[in-house]
Amino acid sequence: MSLTHLPVELDVDGPSSPPRANGELVFAEPWESRAFGLTVALYQDGLFSWDDFKDRLIAAIARWEAAHPDGDGYRYYACWLEALQTLLDDQQLLPEDDIRRRAAELAQRPAGHDEHGHDHAHGHDHGP
Amino acid sequence: MTAEPRPHDYPGPAERAEALEALLLEKGLVDLNVVDGLINRYANDVGPLNGAKVVARAWTDPEYRARLLEDGTAAIAEFGFSGPQGENIVVVENSSSVHHVVVCTLCSCYPWPVLGLPPAWYKDPAYRARIVREPRALLAELGLELDDAVEIKVWDSSSEVRYLVLPERPAGSEAMSEDELAALVTRDAMVGVAQVASPG
Repeated sequence: MSLTHLPVELDVDGPSSPPRANGELVFAEPWESRAFGLTVALYQDGLFSWDDFKDRLIAAIARWEAAHPDGDGYRYYACWLEALQTLLDDQQLLPEDDIRRRAAELAQRPAGHDEHGHDHAHGHDHGP
Repeated sequence: MTAEPRPHDYPGPAERAEALEALLLEKGLVDLNVVDGLINRYANDVGPLNGAKVVARAWTDPEYRARLLEDGTAAIAEFGFSGPQGENIVVVENSSSVHHVVVCTLCSCYPWPVLGLPPAWYKDPAYRARIVREPRALLAELGLELDDAVEIKVWDSSSEVRYLVLPERPAGSEAMSEDELAALVTRDAMVGVAQVASPG
């Protein structure tokens, strides 16, 4: 693995390599890493401040916890995604309805569908 | 805002994340290479190793240790470790009488540049609530039994301040080099839910 794009070269194989993620996956599913990467990319481009995002993340987590007092089934990145959707909607960058509509279309793809090989040829019903 | 419960047919997160990415791409708001690079960098490249190097330096260089405790952000930046979520890092030092442990009670504030992204348990509601309410009991469940005489200080991270624990240097490590010491330091020790084990 090339780490030369990092500001500091890390010893991936040397004696000081071990801690890393300590054997624990940071992302449980691919969509979690997409939600993370998109958020940081938009933040780096200056489309919002980190506090703008963090405030909505805290609110999304608080809503989830209020609705699930036993804490079962907590999905941190579901709250993260929720916060990003709300933020993009609030900033009028991307209406939440557009996301919901597109996601509903994606959900109707036949099983076994290759998520990157599809050219959305079927009709889109975009709002005005 | 979305205070109302979602309807049953509301799409799942995988589809919404995919839709979000596709729409942002169509609007020209994101570059997928940048997104992939960020994911790779924070998920794989930046890990607790950065923090481990900082700790090992502090153990071997008293002047660095003093700078680190005085101004964590600046001392960490000497290594070139900086970036989002690392704007204001405060380092708290464990001793035989005080043990520090870090949480973010509201969400998941965490010093990315030195520890990478937070592990699942750090984000878990149970950890976030219990480490404040009953730190000694929870630490014991996590395998860290502290003597009753040891004071436990819990630090609540926020967007203003993120904390890094400087663990105690373990017995038996006196002859080790800085690189060898860095290999002993785990993420859990720098969050404060573990101690650094003696070598061997």
